[in-house]
Amino acid sequence: MLDKEGIAKRIAKEIKDGYYVNLGIGIPTLVANYIPEGINVVLQSENGLLGMGPFPFEGEEDADLINAGKQTITTLPGSSIFDSAMSFGMIRSQKVDLTILGAMEVSENGDIANWKIPGKMVKGMGGAMDLVASAKNIIVAMQHINKHGESKLLPNCTLPLTGIKCIKKIVTELAVLDILPEGGFKLLERAPGVTVEFIQQSTLGKLIVEGEIPEMKLD
Amino acid sequence: MINKVVSNAEEAIRDIVDGVTIMLGGFGLCGIPENCINALVKKKIKNITCISNNAGVDDFGIGLLLKQHQVKKMISSYVGENAEFERQLLSGELEVELIPQGTLATRCMAAGYGMPAIFTPAGVGTEVAEGKEIRNFDGKDYLLEYAFNADFALVKAWKGDTAGNLIFRSTSRNFNPVMAMAGKITIAEVEELVEAGALNPDHIHTPGIYVHRIFQGENYEKRIEQVTVRKRD
Repeated sequence: MLDKEGIAKRIAKEIKDGYYVNLGIGIPTLVANYIPEGINVVLQSENGLLGMGPFPFEGEEDADLINAGKQTITTLPGSSIFDSAMSFGMIRSQKVDLTILGAMEVSENGDIANWKIPGKMVKGMGGAMDLVASAKNIIVAMQHINKHGESKLLPNCTLPLTGIKCIKKIVTELAVLDILPEGGFKLLERAPGVTVEFIQQSTLGKLIVEGEIPEMKLD
Repeated sequence: MINKVVSNAEEAIRDIVDGVTIMLGGFGLCGIPENCINALVKKKIKNITCISNNAGVDDFGIGLLLKQHQVKKMISSYVGENAEFERQLLSGELEVELIPQGTLATRCMAAGYGMPAIFTPAGVGTEVAEGKEIRNFDGKDYLLEYAFNADFALVKAWKGDTAGNLIFRSTSRNFNPVMAMAGKITIAEVEELVEAGALNPDHIHTPGIYVHRIFQGENYEKRIEQVTVRKRD
């Protein structure tokens, strides 16, 4: 079973040289730490920055320079700054190659819910609805099961939706899965030490298992 | 040269009255019009409809307006950082319309570009789409979203000149330029106000035509929501 860092590490392997990537808050943010050597990517932060750099050194934080998670960050050589309309313009027009974001639930037809729990949490969708509606390539980082062992990979989402039929790949603490165009979670890889049977038990939506399922390689 | 300079925030917001719709620039607490917000708090304007990406924190930014129950309605994309906001929302004291961030930005842009509406795929198939017109272009569904209609836009820039031209600094630009374009009356507060001619025309982000009043703000707190740093090796 993977921890959050492990999920981030596995997702980082999906990033290709030359990609412009938008990272959501939470596990997706950690992906930046594991981008392989020699792979050049430009991170987009939807508050208006391309070329997000690491956190500043202590004492060098700048209140005018934050990421979409409101954390202090830095720019890099080649960075650019723009307004919010242009930021979502490049997202909508699919200039951003890959979006990595978190989810509370994903359905077997690729619907995603990640912004609202009625009566409990009303924080808002931020840029998530724009991102999932437009991105050509989305990877979801999420927990396969909650702390009660209940599956978050479902036949249909129970929470208010963020977007429909948009998710194609999921990395969880248990597995890497594709969502097929005709519906269903296709199991691609198992997390170290996790059996296909356990993934089967942990997936309420339709799980497709074909042939031998390899264990993830993280390094 | 038209001179747009007013002396301070109080003078700038002199005709803002109860029941107005106001756009406020900023992302989180980054690039918010601190002086104008404080002036609204002091003047105790009520029943404001706020169009702003976020709602501040409990004791800063729009949070100060919420605390005094000056806000009737918030139109935002993300409001997670404010406990008082959440309390007022759940108790029904505050009306809230949550909309996708790109939709928020683009509805501002549409107003500033003189376009009545836009089509966006954000929110198709979700509760955001309820009651909205849907059009299919090249096999994909889009929602019709209308340009905002705001009485005032309050924005914060780094530098400005007496002609109203604005330059923003770093990611404090965010919603400020599009809101500046969208307000019926746009008020800009700047950290440094210079004479017309002192800024290079090639460097202007917002042309002065969009700005009706400008003043040099004071005592900027520029609070950071999340200080994240790395250690020196």
